[in-house]
Amino acid sequence: MRRRAALLRSCAAIGFASTAYADVGRSNPSSLPLYKTECAACHIAYPAGLLPAQSWQQLMDHLPKHFGTDASLDPATAQQISNWLQAHAGTGRHFNEAPPEHRISKSAWFVRQHDEVSATIFKRASVGGAANCGACHGRAAEGNFNEHEVRIPK
Amino acid sequence: MPPRSLGLPLRGPVFFQRRGQAVRLAAAGLAIAACAAVLPAQAQSAAEQLAAYSAQSGQAPQSIRGQEFFTSKHGHDWACAACHTAKPTVEGKHASTGKPIRPLAPAVNPERFADTAKTEKWFRRNCNDVVGRECSVAEKADVLAWLIGLKP
Repeated sequence: MRRRAALLRSCAAIGFASTAYADVGRSNPSSLPLYKTECAACHIAYPAGLLPAQSWQQLMDHLPKHFGTDASLDPATAQQISNWLQAHAGTGRHFNEAPPEHRISKSAWFVRQHDEVSATIFKRASVGGAANCGACHGRAAEGNFNEHEVRIPK
Repeated sequence: MPPRSLGLPLRGPVFFQRRGQAVRLAAAGLAIAACAAVLPAQAQSAAEQLAAYSAQSGQAPQSIRGQEFFTSKHGHDWACAACHTAKPTVEGKHASTGKPIRPLAPAVNPERFADTAKTEKWFRRNCNDVVGRECSVAEKADVLAWLIGLKP
């Protein structure tokens, strides 16, 4: 019984991972060079498909106060990036609602996907918090979050 | 890309509504001419950008003051050095995201201060984070003078 439950869980996880991966694939972070040069100057180019359109809108409307830093852009650049994010934002049941604070890491699907990762691990200096995808997903910057390639640093 | 901040007292429509327009236009014209002398259509090198900031501030830049400004806190959480290190000939690290930041000293990293618009964008953002306001041209001149003087 336990084995069956575990199997179901794995299948669900794989199913989800493949849909998430499809989203990621569709919104290849390198497909708008401007998004990469501007946004990835400070953090990885988070795949557009990992937040709903309304969250991207909110984030882009408040760039001067972006998670505690001024990330302001000139209006023309902001508009181009915003249009691209709107076109490639996440859709489907996981993206019906904006996550708290418009953080990818506070999305229900993200929390569920990472439920086996303890808070202590996220707090490790080598990990640097849930927003620092690249700490464990070595190819996050390419939009690759394959769970078989996860390596959690000590 | 046009240079965006020439530090000129031009404020859009208000400028045209007020009296003394001719005087202001003449003054602005002189200021533009003065800047144009040191800031051709686009100041692209670090030295040219420093010359432009100095001309606008009307005083000689002091690199020791720039170092002091760069390494001190200004009433907020971070100093410039929090991310760029106190001697930015080496790689720094974003205080919030942890992303590596390539060296800021142009002698080590020639991509730095090679584009006026980029310089202005980062001064605007980072001064807001560090000082809680935009930096004055004199402050930018001091910091840039210090950075240009840093050797590996």
